[in-house]
Amino acid sequence: MTVRIQERPFDLGVEVAALTVGRTDAGAIVTFSGVCRDRADSGAPLAALTLEHYPGMTEEELGRIETEARSRWSLSDVLVVHRVGRILPGEPIVLVVTLSAHRKAAFEAAEFLMDYLKTSAPFWKSEETADGSNWVAAKSSDDDAAERWKRD
Amino acid sequence: MKLKYFAWVRERVGRSEEDAELPSGVATVADLIGWLKGRGPEYAHAFEADAAIRAAIDRRHVRQDASVAGASEVAFFPPMTGG
Repeated sequence: MTVRIQERPFDLGVEVAALTVGRTDAGAIVTFSGVCRDRADSGAPLAALTLEHYPGMTEEELGRIETEARSRWSLSDVLVVHRVGRILPGEPIVLVVTLSAHRKAAFEAAEFLMDYLKTSAPFWKSEETADGSNWVAAKSSDDDAAERWKRD
Repeated sequence: MKLKYFAWVRERVGRSEEDAELPSGVATVADLIGWLKGRGPEYAHAFEADAAIRAAIDRRHVRQDASVAGASEVAFFPPMTGG
């Protein structure tokens, strides 16, 4: 498992190649990329996003989410890359890659990782538009998405 | 104890972190928020929607009824919006 927080953009193909080189146990690779849209949540044209995070806790929390994913699905490997700082429309924000013997575990684990990342990893987005900068409000649909994975 | 603030909580408080000596009687995260609100208008503004504020103790999410006893770092922030 690798969790990486970085300012620079990443390349999906390069990341997957590095993760899978020399590997023959994974029959399924699922990737999810979150990309910066050209519109703010209000619909206004977006100049950029700025991502703030809580250094130290971010890495620990993503590690906890990954541990939970590995306890629930049989995964060969997991990669989470999340950018911070200023991100332009069209640029990648987040990457989740899951490797498993079969597709079901890889698909489900990738979705779980993203749902939990969105609601519990300490990142905050600020939208930059012609009107200035605004903090993005959390969406209840994201809470609902994470909630469906809860189990006692 | 180190206090940390992020996103709009940080902007409203006007600083990203500070050291604080908590008075006796501040037992929980909710108590700590109540004490901070009395420290000045910037804190009152930052914590006015106090039910919406999330907290972490020593880099783990906690509820506002969590005890702050023994904590070395308490962070306050809005609901997260990464991904």
